[in-house]
Amino acid sequence: MNIIVCVKHVPETAEAEIEIDSTGTAIKKTGLVFDINEWDDYALEEAVLLKEKLGGTVTAITMGSEDSDAVLRKCLARGADDAIRLTDPQFEGSDGYAIAKILSRVIKNLPFNLVLTGAQASDDGYATVGPTLATLLGIPHATMVKKIEFNDGVAQVNRELEGGLEEIVEVPLPAVLAVQTGINEPRYVSIMGTRKALKKEIKTLGLVDVGLSENEVGEAGSWAKIEKMYVPPVEKQADFLSGSPEEMAAKIAEILKTKGLI
Amino acid sequence: MTEIFVLAEHRQGQIRDITFEMLSKGRELTGQTNTELTAVLLGKDVKTHANSLQDYAKTVLLVEDPKLENFNADAYHKVLSSLVKEHKPLLTLIGHTSFGVDLAPSLAVSMNTPLATDCIDLEFKGETLTVTRQMYGGKVNVKATLRKAEGYIATVRQATFPPEKKAPVNGKIVEVPSILSEEVTKKRFIKYVLPPPGGVDISAAEVLIGIGRGIKDGSNIPPVEGLAKTLGGALACSRPIVDKGWLPNDRQVGSSGKTVKPKLYLALGISGAFQHVLGMKTSDLIIAVNKDPKAPIFGVADYGIVEDLFKIVPALESKIRELKGK
Ligand SMILES: Cc1cc2nc3c(=O)[nH]c(=O)nc-3n(C[C@H](O)[C@H](O)[C@H](O)COP(=O)(O)OP(=O)(O)OC[C@H]3O[C@@H](n4cnc5c(N)ncnc54)[C@H](O)[C@@H]3O)c2cc1C
Ligand SMILES: Nc1ncnc2c1ncn2[C@@H]1O[C@H](COP(=O)(O)O)[C@@H](O)[C@H]1O
Repeated sequence: MNIIVCVKHVPETAEAEIEIDSTGTAIKKTGLVFDINEWDDYALEEAVLLKEKLGGTVTAITMGSEDSDAVLRKCLARGADDAIRLTDPQFEGSDGYAIAKILSRVIKNLPFNLVLTGAQASDDGYATVGPTLATLLGIPHATMVKKIEFNDGVAQVNRELEGGLEEIVEVPLPAVLAVQTGINEPRYVSIMGTRKALKKEIKTLGLVDVGLSENEVGEAGSWAKIEKMYVPPVEKQADFLSGSPEEMAAKIAEILKTKGLI
Repeated sequence: MTEIFVLAEHRQGQIRDITFEMLSKGRELTGQTNTELTAVLLGKDVKTHANSLQDYAKTVLLVEDPKLENFNADAYHKVLSSLVKEHKPLLTLIGHTSFGVDLAPSLAVSMNTPLATDCIDLEFKGETLTVTRQMYGGKVNVKATLRKAEGYIATVRQATFPPEKKAPVNGKIVEVPSILSEEVTKKRFIKYVLPPPGGVDISAAEVLIGIGRGIKDGSNIPPVEGLAKTLGGALACSRPIVDKGWLPNDRQVGSSGKTVKPKLYLALGISGAFQHVLGMKTSDLIIAVNKDPKAPIFGVADYGIVEDLFKIVPALESKIRELKGK
């Protein structure tokens, strides 16, 4: 089973202070810690687990700047055999559609049975690259995948629906499966693996190599253009308690008491 | 006059709420664009759904076929694209649900129609469609315009627009024969799998302590469980806690977990992602503890504490014991 896994280098923003930059259409990236997109971490693990079970190769691919090599190195350390980075100044400003286009141009020339992506990227949250890529490649897909099994060239996958319900669908290979978190338990990187990964080559390809023209990528090749980015207005703001932890705890206890909860 | 399409989403005999939410936004957009609202209903034996949709849309396009009984992105794609080709709607609204995310991108690519996903607002100014969406886990909003085209597709976030109220629209039902031939679909629906019955029913609990990734490690859970016991409540959690296997999935609150409405929801180290908030925002009293003053959870909480949860938990536990001891 030859598997391609699409990974993205994203800033961790859950605990970080976010500021809009001077263009008004992006956030300030300095000071932010970047890592593999959470969903891709699960996709990578699934690819490696399948390789361990069925043999074959895992190729990690990303479209991003040179910094994204950190994520590719992580993939190599965790069990990927090859890594490819698609980089070009013209790629900047690409939305999910343009990203899928760029990825598809390279993936279509690679031998594969399966492409794994994350269900969504935590930065832009489009949830489109996987199925868009599948359509551009002319192969079937399934999104929100929580379990993958194979049966005679057909993938049988569990898709997560809302409220805890799942559905089982059959998807013939080759296919693109977009993986949801919780499908497995991503492993830690061993120091040995990290060392080995440093020696491996990361192949890079640009606009000309992927065979696209300037107006097919970046903003020109995208469906949507970001006009403005802003901090969302708060509809309702919590009443913030103040004081030492003990004082705040006492205030909560008081609130609970007046509400009859203690 | 052209139309705005709303793709009705239904599952196991029920029209899903998102359908009515899209109908309300869709109707508003018809006003901005001089278009008419059309509900598109695909399924098997769904005439009763068509009848109820008549109260909301000018036209209900109904396609019935046994192959449309369960949602299948391939089959839906085929039927919907033929309807779009024929009617050329200005906009097709699809839920940003598990079904919608499986369908919309391939539909958009194959029809060469710009797509915007997970929209929390949409507005037409002349011919230009501007959408509002969120990025970075809800920490920022963006306004984006779609590339000029004859038609657009957008997926719409759940529980964002108020559900449309019934109105005497008295829409007409137009039955369209299915174009699906024998073996059109590559993908095949096999069956639904129900969640395993859980040990604790968090949706019945009056007091819930919800823990999130801020708990850092599964080994930090017991003290919080102690606090829950002292309060006579149960432990609930955000999705990463279940993904990591620290709590069973019947404890998960949110769009892919349970919806809860306790008298108290105490959120510890939960950022307040939209999918989580969807499951707990109607709780009577919400208190959130988070180190980050900008965490979106403070937008739904009644009381907020910006502090390390590991300092608050023991302090609160002893305070409550003290009060109870009296
Ligand atoms: C299709 C889909 C369905 C989903 N369904 C659900 C769902 O049903 N339920 C759900 O919860 N999520 C769901 N998610 C995931 C959701 O998008 C978020 O990723 C998730 O809710 C984040 O969980 P969290 O708040 O625990 O973690 P994070 O977003 O990582 O937040 C952790 C928070 O803890 C705070 N913190 C860290 N340390 C401390 C400390 N010591 N003291 C106090 N605060 C601290 C941080 O400031 C941060 O705000 C879904 C996602 C998708 C795509
Ligand atoms: N720049 C990128 N490079 C490689 N893969 C990507 C990139 N952007 C998105 N993807 C893949 O597509 C998935 C969904 O992303 P999105 O549609 O942007 O939410 C991610 O989880 C990745 O697997």
